[in-house]
Amino acid sequence: MVEPLHIGVLALQGAFREHRLMLERCGAEVTEIRRPFDTSAFGGLERFDGIVLPGGESTTMGRLLTDWHLLEPLRECGRRGMPLFGTCAGLILLCREVEGPDGRLLTQPGLGLLDARVRRNAFGRQIDSFETEFPVRGVAENCRAVFIRAPVIVSCGTDVDVLARVDGPEGPLPVAVRQGNVLGAAFHPELTQDERFHAFFLDMCRKWKDNRPAMGI
Amino acid sequence: MEKGTLRLKTGLAQMLKGGVIMDVTTPEQAVIAQEAGACAVMALERVPADIRRAGGVARMADPVIVKRIMEAVTIPVMAKVRIGHITEARILEHLGVDYIDESEVLTPADDKYHLNKHDFRVPFVCGARNLGEALRRIAEGAAMIRTKGEPGTGNVVEAVRHIRMVTGQLRHLLSLPEEEVPGYAKELGAPLELLNIVRENGGLPVVNFAAGGISTPADAALMMQLGCDGIFVGSGIFKSADPAAFAKAIVAATTNYNDPAVLAEVSEGLGDAMPGLEISSIAPEQRMQERGW
Repeated sequence: MVEPLHIGVLALQGAFREHRLMLERCGAEVTEIRRPFDTSAFGGLERFDGIVLPGGESTTMGRLLTDWHLLEPLRECGRRGMPLFGTCAGLILLCREVEGPDGRLLTQPGLGLLDARVRRNAFGRQIDSFETEFPVRGVAENCRAVFIRAPVIVSCGTDVDVLARVDGPEGPLPVAVRQGNVLGAAFHPELTQDERFHAFFLDMCRKWKDNRPAMGI
Repeated sequence: MEKGTLRLKTGLAQMLKGGVIMDVTTPEQAVIAQEAGACAVMALERVPADIRRAGGVARMADPVIVKRIMEAVTIPVMAKVRIGHITEARILEHLGVDYIDESEVLTPADDKYHLNKHDFRVPFVCGARNLGEALRRIAEGAAMIRTKGEPGTGNVVEAVRHIRMVTGQLRHLLSLPEEEVPGYAKELGAPLELLNIVRENGGLPVVNFAAGGISTPADAALMMQLGCDGIFVGSGIFKSADPAAFAKAIVAATTNYNDPAVLAEVSEGLGDAMPGLEISSIAPEQRMQERGW
């Protein structure tokens, strides 16, 4: 029998339970992360085969990540190749640059692992939140996508693979991206019954686990 | 592309879980709340403790206050309307607030009916003291529930009573044999269809927050322990001696509600919490929780 994957879900705030349930349905073992497990550079997070950064409020999560000294350990894990998956606020935390709805650069704590600039609340406020369906390359032909006060990628590096786009105020912009071990979605697969996005991430985790390099510990 | 669906409405509340929503009356307070880690703010003209003191009719805040607060922060902004006040709700929806609280903190505008919340694209949160009340609000379209507690008192006892009542009744409902469910629906005064959804779901189909009397980090952690999904703090922040410190400590306590070491650390040296009120000192007709049905 294959050993189940052990996934950490950041549980500072937001929809972490929804991710947990979906990952468990996909056969993974899940542990919630609220603070580092030890004081090493990886904070004990090296025990995981992948980490999910859920949706929630990115301002709140960024602040709590800083207060609870989780920013550096997460960044180290990401740099060493551990698969990370961020949805909505989680995607914002992954990006190198964050801008406000008006295009002004914001300074908020983040991991900077994804070579992309992301715009917060790109479609407007809650009243403009929407659901739609589109293909996500490599994941599914008909992904139900729930956008809640959602961000969008406004520009990204050549290493970033765009998996899906959606029409925004300024034409089609990326809403699902992958750069090596880092996966991000501007929408919420965890709010649907569709497990394919999580299965795609777990596949990344499985491949990494099977060829996992020593993390220098 | 669909907008205003139930999934979008309940979904935003799911994103707020594990977080603290703070009452603010000025853009400056909103920024303090955001800096402290609030996951949303409630824009108000007065906090409940001041509403209680002022007496008279309490109404929706002046739109200019709501708009200034919306401009000041990047987190979601909520605002309150009087129970059943369709027009106040339409005004707030037009302003683009992210959530409306149809709230007993304000003076009810309709003594018979709550709003038909299905009719709006903006989502609503409503207070409930028991499962019947929660399910009636959900039937009307509420996408989020909170305890009523007794607002503006700094006394957590009523919020505790309400969450214990809801979770106790949920346990009872989940344990009933099929044939007893219609009778229980009648007893609760809630639609049978919703009781069946709760049974399938193993719990309420929407997020349930704590509100009404939470004033310390320990109060917030207690409500999380009792099964709430997150916390509303009304007067507790800006009526305390050091709002920024209280706000930050309540956020930390809500995330780490199960970790006594963190709770002890963040509770230390905060100074005075808001002054509290004994519930029995408030005349029954002055109790906000009795508003709504």
